[in-house]
Amino acid sequence: MSDGRMIETKTFLGIPPFPVAAKEALADSQLRGNMHHATHTIRTKRARVTAELPDWEQLRVAGADIKDDVTANMGRYLVQLEESLTKAGANVHWARDAAEANQIVIGIARRHKVDEVVKVKSMATGEIELNVAMEKAGIAVWETDLAELIVQLGHDLPSHILVPAIHRNRSEVREIFMREMGKVGMPAAADLSDEPAELAGAARRHLREKFLRAKVAVSGANFMVADTGTLVVVESEGNGRMCLTLPEVLISVVGIEKIVPTWKDLEVFLQLLPRSATGERMNPYTSTWTGVTPGDGPQEVHVILLDNNRTKVLADEVGRQALRCIRCSACLNVCPVYERVGGHAYGSIYPGPIGAILTPMLKGVGVSKQIDSLPFASSLCGACYEVCPVRINIPEVLVHLRELVVGSHRGGVPGTLMTTMKGASWLLGGGWRLGLLQKAAGLSTRVLWKNGVIGRMPPPMSRWTDARDCPAPPTESFRAWWKRTDGGRNDAGSAGGTAGKGDQR
Amino acid sequence: MKAREEILRRVQEANVAPNDHPIRRDYAQTVKLADPVGTFVERVEDYQATVIRTGPGGVAAAVAKSLDGARRVVVPAGFNTSWVPDGVDVVLDEPVLSSADLNEVEAVLTSAVLGIAVTGTIVLDHTEGQGRRALTLVPDLHVCVLTEDQIVGDVPEAVGRLSPSVDAGRPLTWVSGPSATVDIELIRVHGVHGPRTLRVVLVESPTT
Repeated sequence: MSDGRMIETKTFLGIPPFPVAAKEALADSQLRGNMHHATHTIRTKRARVTAELPDWEQLRVAGADIKDDVTANMGRYLVQLEESLTKAGANVHWARDAAEANQIVIGIARRHKVDEVVKVKSMATGEIELNVAMEKAGIAVWETDLAELIVQLGHDLPSHILVPAIHRNRSEVREIFMREMGKVGMPAAADLSDEPAELAGAARRHLREKFLRAKVAVSGANFMVADTGTLVVVESEGNGRMCLTLPEVLISVVGIEKIVPTWKDLEVFLQLLPRSATGERMNPYTSTWTGVTPGDGPQEVHVILLDNNRTKVLADEVGRQALRCIRCSACLNVCPVYERVGGHAYGSIYPGPIGAILTPMLKGVGVSKQIDSLPFASSLCGACYEVCPVRINIPEVLVHLRELVVGSHRGGVPGTLMTTMKGASWLLGGGWRLGLLQKAAGLSTRVLWKNGVIGRMPPPMSRWTDARDCPAPPTESFRAWWKRTDGGRNDAGSAGGTAGKGDQR
Repeated sequence: MKAREEILRRVQEANVAPNDHPIRRDYAQTVKLADPVGTFVERVEDYQATVIRTGPGGVAAAVAKSLDGARRVVVPAGFNTSWVPDGVDVVLDEPVLSSADLNEVEAVLTSAVLGIAVTGTIVLDHTEGQGRRALTLVPDLHVCVLTEDQIVGDVPEAVGRLSPSVDAGRPLTWVSGPSATVDIELIRVHGVHGPRTLRVVLVESPTT
């Protein structure tokens, strides 16, 4: 019994648009240090273990093809999966949206008269904010993944798909455990040090009593096999196995895109996922289960097939490739933007490059400034596409979404961007116009630039310069230099003193 | 409209065109290793698990060494009794042990269905000699006996061999080293919730 004790869950509600949130994050040097260390460590490991496989590129192609087959035949595979699951003794539920999924979970928990559940880390349940709904219904949810536990006890938000508490260092974790564990169960030892091994030990003791008494568990799944009705959970700590094995009732909330057609397809994904995610040849534990196994594990098994706007993504011809995503987080670890600002600035359970495309598609463009800012949270460098194990062309989708965002705001009146671009085309269309402007710029920017860069400019240009430093133009344009020196043949020193440092960058 | 019908209708309305090519499976289905057993041992040890190699006559002694003084040991039904060393207090799962009972046991001794060389993984399909899933989860030490002829090359071969178990509705547990986490500052810590120690006893096959 939870004795009525539970933890209030924080939500992403109220996170400001990306440029504002990013600015705050960039000012936090501790956060930047943590993120730099984490992303570089994992990306190095990933590069090493993917290079070990000579057929890595062929595996990526197969992974993408299998997932495209699922999106192309989603209806057929969903019906087949439902049949396989039912035959294996599982109860299949369908949920159109978050509220419906949450109600199904709450209904099952209430039927079993429990006031607590143990939970495996899962992106889908984070997306539907299951914990908040359960708390409102008076049911405590105990996160059992170490990082999720740190986030939950710290009344905090996850900042990475794979290692959600990566923004915390050991002394912060110790402080959270000392302060919070006793409020909701077995307290941390008074002499707890900040050694990671000791902190993990404290989590083991704290959660063990919850595992041993829990009657109901909630999980997600990494894969659902349509032809056998098998669900797969890939993990490291064993908290997943605890939840999938010890309780009497198991409820799995799974996005409909998690389907793979056949058992054989796992030979591809069980190579792609661990190597892309933690940079290991294989993760410590992978569990598969097919409905109910008499005498082994939960004897009542539920699977909730979640849409929650995945079918909207499916309808987007360019964007639907995002449904291939296996949530490995390799794109986060190589992203120069994510590395510097961390996960919270994205204002979503899905941060980084994949979040910048998934969140706007799942929640819709044109409804919130915060969401609309996400497709612009990228330099389009393409590193995410290169590492993606299922070859999602994230830059392509980002550009597509930028078009949708801009289009949704225009409503007939040309926006600033369009006006600016039209002006640019007029200027660049005639050499003499450009020459005049460059002369003016060379003069005027002496007022604006500092240390060779132009910082904040007044509106409407501020929309560009708020988030970017712009190199200051040199004092003399190339056209003027060419004219003055006769193409370099007669160069007697530069014309207007030293040029801004900007032109050397 | 019911949720099921509405979701299926939305999928249909998304109107996804069929793919213009079949799934390309040009990756390796089998892998040629000079020494699969050697690779398996090296990769298991990479996870900080220990491996003891022995001839068929030395299994009980290798198990005794691996148990490292643990006295109360769960041994599932169907496990080869000649592999159980003397002096071990064998705990049976009959009648079924409660989770709390299991929590009081020091170690668990099982076999496995196969091992994967390239990834250093052992797989249990929870048939004879392997016990139900909770047995290899709650105790802090897992000793697993595997024979060399059970080792396959890479993941595709394993997935193929495990297909009958899955078709029969059996659960699987893939184990690659002891329970681990890198959740705090990316520092690897062993044994969060699963067994903190994994020891593999690898028995020479008569044919090799």
